[in-house]
Amino acid sequence: MNDFLTLMKSELAITFIIFLLLFIKIGKGMKNDSLLSIIQVLLLLNFIAGFFLNETGSLFGNMYYTNPLIAFQKNILNLGVYLISLLCADWLKKTHHMPEFFILMLSALLGMFLMISSGNLLIFYLSLELATIPVAAMANFDLEKKRSSEGAMKMILSSAFSSGILLFGISLMYGSTGTVSFGEITQHMDGSPLQILAFVFLFTGFAFKLSIVPFHLWTADVYEGSPVAATSFLSVISKGAVAFVFITALYKVFQPLQETWYLMLVVLAIITMLTGNLFALRQQNIKRFLAFSSIAQVGFILVGISSNNASGSSSVIYFVLIYVFSNLAAFGVVSVIAEQTGKENIDDYKGLYKTNPFLSWMMALALFSLAGIPPTAGFFGKLFLLTSGSTTGNYWFIIIAGLNMVISLYYYLRVVRAIFMDKNETPVEKINVSTSVKLGMTVCGAGIVLVGLLSWVYDYIQSLI
Amino acid sequence: MNLLLLIATPLLTALAVLLCRNKEQVKWTSLAGAAAQLGISFALLFAFNSERSAGNTTQMLFEENYKLFSSPNINFHFGVDGISVVMILLTSFVLVAGVLVSWNIEKMTKEFYFLLILLALGAFGFFISLDLFILFFFLEISVIPKYLLIGIWGSGKKEYSANKLALMLMSGSALILVGILVLYFNAGNTFDITQLSRVNLGGHLQNIIFPLLFLGFGVFTALFPLHTWVPDGHSSAPTAGSMFLAGISMKLGGYGGLRVATYLLPEGAKEYANIIIVLSAIAILYGAFATMMQKDLKYINAYSSVSHVGFSLLGIGMLTQTAITGALMQMVSHGLMTALFFAVIGMIYDRTHTRQVSEMGGLMKTMPFIMTIFFIVGLCSLGLPGLSGFVAEMTVFMGSWENAGAFHRIATIAAAMSIVVTAVYILRATGRVAMGPPHPRPFSPGGKGSSSLTDAKWNERLAAILLTGGILAIGLAPGWLNDLLRPAAEIIMNRIGAK
Repeated sequence: MNDFLTLMKSELAITFIIFLLLFIKIGKGMKNDSLLSIIQVLLLLNFIAGFFLNETGSLFGNMYYTNPLIAFQKNILNLGVYLISLLCADWLKKTHHMPEFFILMLSALLGMFLMISSGNLLIFYLSLELATIPVAAMANFDLEKKRSSEGAMKMILSSAFSSGILLFGISLMYGSTGTVSFGEITQHMDGSPLQILAFVFLFTGFAFKLSIVPFHLWTADVYEGSPVAATSFLSVISKGAVAFVFITALYKVFQPLQETWYLMLVVLAIITMLTGNLFALRQQNIKRFLAFSSIAQVGFILVGISSNNASGSSSVIYFVLIYVFSNLAAFGVVSVIAEQTGKENIDDYKGLYKTNPFLSWMMALALFSLAGIPPTAGFFGKLFLLTSGSTTGNYWFIIIAGLNMVISLYYYLRVVRAIFMDKNETPVEKINVSTSVKLGMTVCGAGIVLVGLLSWVYDYIQSLI
Repeated sequence: MNLLLLIATPLLTALAVLLCRNKEQVKWTSLAGAAAQLGISFALLFAFNSERSAGNTTQMLFEENYKLFSSPNINFHFGVDGISVVMILLTSFVLVAGVLVSWNIEKMTKEFYFLLILLALGAFGFFISLDLFILFFFLEISVIPKYLLIGIWGSGKKEYSANKLALMLMSGSALILVGILVLYFNAGNTFDITQLSRVNLGGHLQNIIFPLLFLGFGVFTALFPLHTWVPDGHSSAPTAGSMFLAGISMKLGGYGGLRVATYLLPEGAKEYANIIIVLSAIAILYGAFATMMQKDLKYINAYSSVSHVGFSLLGIGMLTQTAITGALMQMVSHGLMTALFFAVIGMIYDRTHTRQVSEMGGLMKTMPFIMTIFFIVGLCSLGLPGLSGFVAEMTVFMGSWENAGAFHRIATIAAAMSIVVTAVYILRATGRVAMGPPHPRPFSPGGKGSSSLTDAKWNERLAAILLTGGILAIGLAPGWLNDLLRPAAEIIMNRIGAK
């Protein structure tokens, strides 16, 4: 019983908050403003609590396991959710169903926690569904907007499709190895064609969630239609969680098939980076733009994963941490501007610096970090991904990734140019940034500047592996 | 002497600039920071010389080593040899002059000075780094300030130039990055230059890494045919931006090509030396002839920079001790000269509102100080004895001639011929602008033509005198520079081995 309480503490904390919100909802009579502050405090406490009492152990006959590294991964996601609650405060206060939004978001988060901790294909599948279905409901949260429902519909259909493929893969895997437990699958892995087929199906399931090309087609539409809070959750938290599981799956469970998946990763990483970058070049809507940029970022994550050693996992975890700060900062600016003025096009950002210097610098900092320009943390994140990727000695791969960084710089600079250089007769008017958004952005900004230069963050991650 | 001072001073100045409340405070804070940096650089020079004269012959002095990341193995490893000291001095000179000539920037003054100092910070960090990763970090830091300086405060087709510059420099960086990663994994997991200089990689591997690194740094230093960002970038940038771009940024590439590519990969350098020589000879001649066709003063200096930087690449390609010393001298000389040239062009443009040579004339009468400096810098550019250009180019040619064989001789002669072309365009431009009858065009709306123009103000005079002083100090007494550079070049040559 004691084990149950300590090992599952992250999940229990989230469940507790979900039930609390449920009771608040039933009891009603609370204003959005004060309720949001309470939620923010709860999420902050949850994040802080995530640093303590992290032990190694497994439960339910190895169906669930955890260790300090997994706890750290979960805490990165906790931090992301807390930042979303700060950055999207303007939108959250206005929605009529704020408690429900958080219930959905935290349920999805709970699913991700279980997924990261799962030691068994069935638990993995169940938690993946728990992590997906609430997100589709979140995408539909702008009830009066048609695009929002359209995005949600696309999302639920494509996830159902990918779940089907994943399940098929799981059943084939069970058929060929006779077990669904991760530990035993590895022992029974002999590289037979059936197993490789099963692996490819499983891989496809992951690829859908990570929006790896060619399974990325849902991404841009869903990002564009959903409210920014849902979009940022999808692009940062959801991707981060799947990336963590992906590493565990490839490095531990499917280690015997390393030669197969290395080739797949290289090919997919290259086309993912290229497609994401090339499509991002031509986007007008800033949310679609960030959607394609996030596809390209996943391509870089794959470069890091391809290394197949400890530096691969540490660099990916580090990158996701930095990505939480940078992408959420960018989405935070988009959220504030979209909420106050309804403008979402890159052209609308022209001349933003004249009226809103704080938001402009924040956006520039976030984009530089995404592009990997020093002294931002994104530089270190990207470089460590490339460094781990080059441990395999495949330098052509790294050259292609490096050149993709140049392409990505072009479109990130396009936004910077619109903000700082282009003239505009009717720029976005001066926006009053609320305190909670300011706090969120300051945290993100500090993260972007400091996480890279404070090297103990990376050393800490490495010490956990 | 703690080298961290060289990074801390600009960093603190930049932060202080952000806290300033009005333009006056911004300007004086920047000037104070830049002057302090110049003082520190001189202190470093004296400390370095006294260490050397006390008999300390360690390659790198004042080393500092702080662990940053343990895996990958990255350290804040700093240290200076004669080359670094000279480059740091150059950067400080250009920084102070750049701050001074930008005194009248009206648009977003605070941001302008912040970016300018950030740019200098990148250069200072680059020149003292002994860890390839940190070196790369500082190299990259300077890209975005350049982009913003050109894009926001520039003129002409500034967005295009800014984009072109940022993308080309980033492509160069991508090559450098791959180069240092390959080096890292094949030389025993270290980025440390002093350790790497003891590793001898196989010739095949060196032949792969060297072009990556040299081409990457070549983009920064306008190696033909990767020079195309130079004319656009220089001509669109604001005055101080051009001074930094040509005076310092292009030197980052030359320094990197020598310290990183050539020094760490001697076999690769020997393999590709002839290609470097051919490319730089082309750059020298092409740059000189292209300059002849230019009508805009900034374009004239931008193309002539391609030509002049070609000399330092030629010196590196020749791989003799004298030639490499000459290449380094040329870097310093060109840095001072071109910064001064751009400063003078900026001063002229502020008054006449044109940069077209054909729209000016007889300016000597109305602004004697500016025109005198203009003549001095022009003569330095064409290599008049007594000024720095002559010393540097002469050393390069002498070093090149040490190589026997028709190939090297022909390349040297071809490069030397460019001096004639340089004389043509310099004398034509200076003559047109300064001498002759005044141009009848009114230079300001409702103005009275060139008679209404004023001469340099105190800040401009100070900047010009500072840089001219540097040029004269090298031109009249090159011994001190030679003493600093030659031992460092000798160490590099010892590693490459006698040819």
